[in-house]
Amino acid sequence: MTISYENTGNKDTRSGFGAALLELGNTHPEVVALCADLTGSLKMDAFEKAFPGRFFQTGIAEANMMSIAAGLTIGGKVPFTGTFANFSTGRVFDQIRQNIAYSRKNVKICASHAGLTLGEDGATHQILEDIGLMRMLPNMTVINPCDYNQTYAATLAVADHQGPVYLRFGRPSVPNFTPRDQSFEIGRALIMKEGRDVSLFATGHLVWKALEASRILEAEGISAEVVNIHTIKPLDEESVLTSVSKTGCAVSAEEHQRNGGLGDAIAQLLALKRPSPLEMVAVDDRFGESGKPEELLTKYGLDTVDVVRAARRALARR
Amino acid sequence: MMANINDLRNIASQVRRDILRMTHGAASGHPGGSLGCADLMSALYFSELRHSPLQFSMDGREQDLFFLSNGHISPVWYSVLARSGYFPVKELVTFRKLGTRLQGHPTTAEDLPGVRVASGSLGMGLSVAIGAALAKRLNQDSHLVYVLTGDGELEEGQIWEAALFAAARKLDNLIAIVDWNGQQIDGPVEKVMPLGDLGAKWKAFGWEVLGMDGHDMDDILATLRQAREACFQGHPVMILMKTVMGKGVDFMEGTHHWHGVAPKDDELSRALAQLEETLGDY
Repeated sequence: MTISYENTGNKDTRSGFGAALLELGNTHPEVVALCADLTGSLKMDAFEKAFPGRFFQTGIAEANMMSIAAGLTIGGKVPFTGTFANFSTGRVFDQIRQNIAYSRKNVKICASHAGLTLGEDGATHQILEDIGLMRMLPNMTVINPCDYNQTYAATLAVADHQGPVYLRFGRPSVPNFTPRDQSFEIGRALIMKEGRDVSLFATGHLVWKALEASRILEAEGISAEVVNIHTIKPLDEESVLTSVSKTGCAVSAEEHQRNGGLGDAIAQLLALKRPSPLEMVAVDDRFGESGKPEELLTKYGLDTVDVVRAARRALARR
Repeated sequence: MMANINDLRNIASQVRRDILRMTHGAASGHPGGSLGCADLMSALYFSELRHSPLQFSMDGREQDLFFLSNGHISPVWYSVLARSGYFPVKELVTFRKLGTRLQGHPTTAEDLPGVRVASGSLGMGLSVAIGAALAKRLNQDSHLVYVLTGDGELEEGQIWEAALFAAARKLDNLIAIVDWNGQQIDGPVEKVMPLGDLGAKWKAFGWEVLGMDGHDMDDILATLRQAREACFQGHPVMILMKTVMGKGVDFMEGTHHWHGVAPKDDELSRALAQLEETLGDY
């Protein structure tokens, strides 16, 4: 079945996280939250206000925050850490690796301001390597929801999931187009639009771009299937292979380096299980820069038109 | 299990034998720091900790918790864990061997009773202990959290992030102990990276600071009791424990050479001759 997705109004994904965290405060007494001096940016202020005894301000000390979160799980707590994606991964990789992933601690690493769309702050803060870093860690689940509603649903879902999770979302207001009361199944890809000719596998903010691209392709007589890969690890291999078996070629689209991200994961799967043409829409081995989110997506080749071109190239190679 | 002071000395002698035999058997591992902490660890596991070795639970509700931040001294920890009943003593022979639960550095991956988080990469254990202490506070569990770190380990920046946090949040159910043996891999700590006035530093961060001779069992017991009494008074507690790396084996004492080198056959014999077998070798 194909649902037609409409933008019900732009919203930031981080606010979906903040709203769901507040909800979890009410429904899950074991949920606690930690933040490293970015409470407002992460939209954790409502939780802090409602549950001050379950909120821990660590100051600008992310390494300490990650290890404290691991320790809190030992007393049965379910900690949600909050800071920018850059400081949630690269800065604290060893703490996550040893104390959380290897130690199998039930920590939810919640990361905002991921990717180029952080915008004007520039490359120091625009991490494009976080999915790769987290995806490499055994025991880690990696989730990158596409809009406000899905981020809300994903945040609720990870609270009931046992084990470490990296939950990635962003800063800008972007189209909100998935259902308000959706269920969220970790590890299950969502077919957003069925198609015959090319599979568009997108994650995060690029899901909307892929949907827009599919409309343009439709007008050219190309039937594109749009698949929302909100869970990058574990990858829904069955859905990916089923789609590519039908279409015969694929495009991956993500706000991340080409190395290590969703495209890499799909390339590995296809190479091993069903060799097929794949084109990648991703940042090509370079750092970002200051600019408006939409300007950056255009300059770095992550816009709707880039998905359209990639689809044409994939089809030509089929 | 409350051993008397003579029992504790005897246990520590056996623990030292275990350390030497384990590292010899594995032809690797870290005997120096392990020997230096044998007295403290015997006192903790056989006298001070309120714990249930036979019913290990990850969450450790209503028990005192211990974390080893300087995970490389795993031999001393494994020895006291086994000897106090967490797992069979005969398992010590598997240390560092393929398929063992006694990994080179402690881990939860193999579900070894007594271990609650992996350690080895330094500087993280104090933060983990803070998290566990916060959880105890939230759970209204009045038991304590102990953590041991190395002295060279204090060169890690995360230690000072944790020092700041614990004092600021008045985390007073936490007792940290520094193994102050003055040695690290590249040489004396005072040469590699001098720590300065450690007592003044921790005091300035807002901790209650106690000193202890890590080889005087009377002082160890008295200081641990003093530390317990200093809890729940608004400050985390730090014990700066003076030790001698390699303590108990004359040719290993006071040098960083034995930080990460296992004794060979003849060295093992010479070392064991200096330590009474009190509980029976594994």
